[in-house]
Amino acid sequence: MTAEGPFAEGPLDAEPLAGRDERPRRAVGPEPIDPDLPAPPPVPPPTVLAVVAVGGSLGALARYGAALRWPTPPGAFPWTTLVVNVLGCLLIGCLLVVLTEVPAPHPLLRPFLATGVLGGFTTLSTHAVDVETLLRDGRVAAGLGALGGTLVLALLAVTLGAWGARRLVRPLLARWGARAGGGGGGAR
Amino acid sequence: MSGWLLVALGGAVGAPLRYAVDRGLRRWHEGPFPWGTLLVNLAGSLVLGVLTGATLAGAAGEGLGLLLGTGFCGALTTYSTFSHETLRLAETGRWPAAFGNVLASVGGGLGAAYAGHALGLLWWA
Repeated sequence: MTAEGPFAEGPLDAEPLAGRDERPRRAVGPEPIDPDLPAPPPVPPPTVLAVVAVGGSLGALARYGAALRWPTPPGAFPWTTLVVNVLGCLLIGCLLVVLTEVPAPHPLLRPFLATGVLGGFTTLSTHAVDVETLLRDGRVAAGLGALGGTLVLALLAVTLGAWGARRLVRPLLARWGARAGGGGGGAR
Repeated sequence: MSGWLLVALGGAVGAPLRYAVDRGLRRWHEGPFPWGTLLVNLAGSLVLGVLTGATLAGAAGEGLGLLLGTGFCGALTTYSTFSHETLRLAETGRWPAAFGNVLASVGGGLGAAYAGHALGLLWWA
């Protein structure tokens, strides 16, 4: 993540992306002491995988529940998938800012919530097959509308989520830090 | 088996596989472009396309659709991480990479779904 260096004070956060930071390794155990030992295998720590699996299950179940509650009739505009994806984007924008701003969050929170729950909740495959089916059935306007509409709303949602969280979380943390330590900006 | 259980099982495999692919790819190719997310999104769209074709041809039932489609493919692919990574690319000034990611993910996902659907129909119809 050295390429991120110059952007450490960037507008979103200096964190690596969902679930790919080095923190899980620290959470699982110390670095090997013997330098002759081979490097750890390219398999993620089992704890992180388990946490992502549980989160992914919960996210997929929430999406399934939404599809049962608001079913899309054949040939209709896929509103449920669109809303699920846009909502997930709004939440991940918020979440990743909050996890960056809050001092020392639990190292498994990010893999669980971002990679697991929200990654499992949102879906590109169902969206792609929804659009493909509409286009195949000759419903070109609805298909292109779902494709472009989801993209625009999702990118707006993640931007809005991150912006809103920064506006809300930073002042809250600053107030909390001032009250707790009196050191002035102790939280950040 | 209950539909909820099938979806949960599929999700419990799809999401960690996405994480493992992403981490594995990052060991090979360190850089700002989210190759891992792109790869799982394309692969998941292809598999779901094949499954859709198989379902239409009568070769796959509702249970397989819930396990492999709603659960596994749904959790393997992600729109939230894709959006966030695109925003990150844009915010760090990597506009060509951001546009490329959008085109490859959304256009490529649609193409993969189309190809999968055609393959499924070809194979099972």
